[in-house]
Amino acid sequence: MMTEPGQPRPKSFYFLAAFFAAFLAFMYGPMLVIFILSFQGENGGMSFPMEGTSLLWFKQLLSDTGRVGDIPSALLRSLEMAVLASALTVVICVSAGLAFRRRFPGAGLLFYTAVASLVMPSLFVGFGIALGFKQLGWRTSLFTSGLGAQLTWTLPFGLMITFATIGRFDRRYEEAATDLGASAWQRFKDIILPIIMPGVVGVALFGFTLSYDEFPRSQLTVGAVNTLPLEIWAMTTAAISPVLFALGTVTTVVSFLVLTAAIAIIGLMVRRRSGGRATPA
Amino acid sequence: MSWMQAAPLALVLLVFFVAPLVFVFVVSFFDYDRLAIYPAFLLDNYADVFTSSITLQLYSKTFEYAVIVEAITVAVGFLVAYFLTFHVRTTAWRIGLLVACTIPFFTSNMIRMISWMPFLGREGILNDVVLAMRLSKTPLDFLLFSDFAVIVAYVHILTMMMAAPIVNSMSKIDKALISAARDAGASEFQIVRDIVLPLSRTGVALGSALVLTQTMGDYFIVHVLSGGKSAGVVSAIATQLSAFEYPPAAASSVVLLVVVVVLVGVIFRVVDVRKELAG
Repeated sequence: MMTEPGQPRPKSFYFLAAFFAAFLAFMYGPMLVIFILSFQGENGGMSFPMEGTSLLWFKQLLSDTGRVGDIPSALLRSLEMAVLASALTVVICVSAGLAFRRRFPGAGLLFYTAVASLVMPSLFVGFGIALGFKQLGWRTSLFTSGLGAQLTWTLPFGLMITFATIGRFDRRYEEAATDLGASAWQRFKDIILPIIMPGVVGVALFGFTLSYDEFPRSQLTVGAVNTLPLEIWAMTTAAISPVLFALGTVTTVVSFLVLTAAIAIIGLMVRRRSGGRATPA
Repeated sequence: MSWMQAAPLALVLLVFFVAPLVFVFVVSFFDYDRLAIYPAFLLDNYADVFTSSITLQLYSKTFEYAVIVEAITVAVGFLVAYFLTFHVRTTAWRIGLLVACTIPFFTSNMIRMISWMPFLGREGILNDVVLAMRLSKTPLDFLLFSDFAVIVAYVHILTMMMAAPIVNSMSKIDKALISAARDAGASEFQIVRDIVLPLSRTGVALGSALVLTQTMGDYFIVHVLSGGKSAGVVSAIATQLSAFEYPPAAASSVVLLVVVVVLVGVIFRVVDVRKELAG
């Protein structure tokens, strides 16, 4: 149990700290192993020991030997999709988040539909969309059915993050702005948005990474082309070689870059807010 | 005004979630052969689901995974959240450690699943350790391509989905309440049992809804890490889909969908999730 700084820590602290450290090792250990093994020597296998080191597996990713799919195109496609999904998730979720602060007819129904979309087995959503398109005689494609399928996954998550940030927003700031004669747009642009901005970056981050990594809803809906997770899936079911680890390293590096950028932006905002001026009480 | 702001969300969900599920429901009554599906109103697809002996096997496997993973993630998630909220003293450390826990969540699930292979394989790291420590004379075979591997991967991928909502709940517990209990002579165990646990139940419920449904909805982790030996309900549906047997796949989907909705409904009767997130 928490004790004041300066007081001795209880025994339970050391037990829980050890447990927590083990948990972190469990979370990061396998990732680290993949990272190391992706530099496996040319004669090395899928596990330790390392038979020297090489960049062979990364070269194979880029090469057009037909042994692996077209990874660079799939990566590019996934990034484009993730940017688009992230932007849409931010706009749609912030807008809906504002709506949900008031009661409106169907609010409960809409909320529980979003929750249902979150907990629904993902394969069903993809299946339903593919089936619907087929019955209507439409072709499934990346930026129609594929994008829609991914939004059913990113929007509910984004909505939860939005609730957690807008829900804690103090309405009095807004009322004060109204009393001072601000229009609805001014209220949003000058008061609400700056205050909820760190949460908005969080929503963008969720939108991006959830789309970038999405597999089960995309599988049946992206049409003739593959996103990166689909390429990984194809490689998993085919022969497994350290190329898979090289791909894992590449995609994890991309995730890390995005994550670092988001954390840096949020950190900067929070610091500027607390340092720049007195916090309104 | 509110409706206009909520309309884009409603529209996307209607077109890409509600309508597709209606299609699945409708097609579950259709007839089919090797070439196509035909509009009809047949109950045969459902009759097949309920009379097949495999259905029971699939559901018991799915529930087995779900219950085991739920139990482990609740225990681990609770301890992690409790440590972060009540034992870490400064906000900076708390946020730093929480971010450290969350980072893997933002990386590819597919890769996280694959990353267990070099760990658990016959010539994997864990077996190297076991052999080096002479815990066993031969490499352990049950580690990879087994239920064990599947559960390890589920726990790895899903624990933060449980821990994050619990952290959210715990952070709202008034610290004065804890101090009062301690001053009144309560032990840490009593405080956890009588204050922290009851006040974290909303987080546990939300986390459980996510973990249970993600486990029950999975078909690719179980396929890869059991080496094709185990299959849950959704695995079987995926197999039917790859054979283009849409109507029976649709009927199986509807049945599982009802199960999932009832399960989540029961969980959400316990907590008001919307209030929980906003409060």
